[in-house]
Amino acid sequence: MDTSPLDGNGIAGALGELFAFDVTMAATTCAHCRHTQPMADLRAYVRAPGIVLRCASCGGVQLRLVQSTERAWLDVRGIQMLQVPAGTTV
Amino acid sequence: MRWLEATVAETVPETARTVTLRLDVGDWRGHRAGQHVDVRLTAEDGYAAQRSYSIASPPGADRVELTVERIDDGEVSPWLTTDADVGDQFELRGPIGGWFVWDGDDTTPVLLVGGGSGVVPLMAMLRHHAASGSTAAMHLVYSARTLGDVIYRQGLEALASPHRAVTLTLTRESSPDWGGHRGRVDADLLADLGWPPSVRPHCYVCGPTPFVEVVADALVGLGHEPARVRTERFGPTGG
Repeated sequence: MDTSPLDGNGIAGALGELFAFDVTMAATTCAHCRHTQPMADLRAYVRAPGIVLRCASCGGVQLRLVQSTERAWLDVRGIQMLQVPAGTTV
Repeated sequence: MRWLEATVAETVPETARTVTLRLDVGDWRGHRAGQHVDVRLTAEDGYAAQRSYSIASPPGADRVELTVERIDDGEVSPWLTTDADVGDQFELRGPIGGWFVWDGDDTTPVLLVGGGSGVVPLMAMLRHHAASGSTAAMHLVYSARTLGDVIYRQGLEALASPHRAVTLTLTRESSPDWGGHRGRVDADLLADLGWPPSVRPHCYVCGPTPFVEVVADALVGLGHEPARVRTERFGPTGG
């Protein structure tokens, strides 16, 4: 099975259900390695019960999202800082 | 972002495995070249499957066009490429993504590198370039398996102009009649065809994850600034 990851572009629709800004334009600082990068460049693992976003630099988990019809669970402890450019609200 | 209702207005076969769907989308608010949509199909029992597809049409087009490659064991693409017919409806969410877009608001040269159906969002950029009369130099380097796998073959020929170059490279074409490039996109090909880093082109790379990794690494290795190399990966869930 091909398990190579997608990137932050591919899961922008799913995260757009929770966030009021365009996640592909935001940047995260990794809580593991402190690398700052666009969310579009994060590695997205989607062949799982949820979505996992990993740092493209160190591979550490930055974000996990699990959704059901009743609620969503969002774990962002791997993100130390989130930068959202002004004017990217959707 | 709400789900919108898309109605199939036309289907256009592109290759043996790919079909373009021209859609009427209610409340479509317009898009930028390079953006994508999520498509959701829901079965009668309520089971829903969702996939992302790039928009092939340029901003301002009458209809939203998606070009979809059939993945035989996929959950969404077999229906879109084989069963969907004029008048059929499905749910669509978008446009999505402000990162992998080209607006054409400057004249900086643009290098587009696509692998397989990764050419789709790049086609939207080429079409936008043509429709907007941009004078930015744009060059598409497009890798496909064989000539028969080249999506938009005639459309690409029609779009080629002094400002818009298109270079094909075929990785598995066996016909000796093919006189163009052969083999994968690598640093040598990019050094031959692309602009030097000193020109500081915008670079857009789209394709399966391994393709994107190789091309992006090659561009950075040639000296292009990582921040000017924008990438979009698709692959394992592209069904």
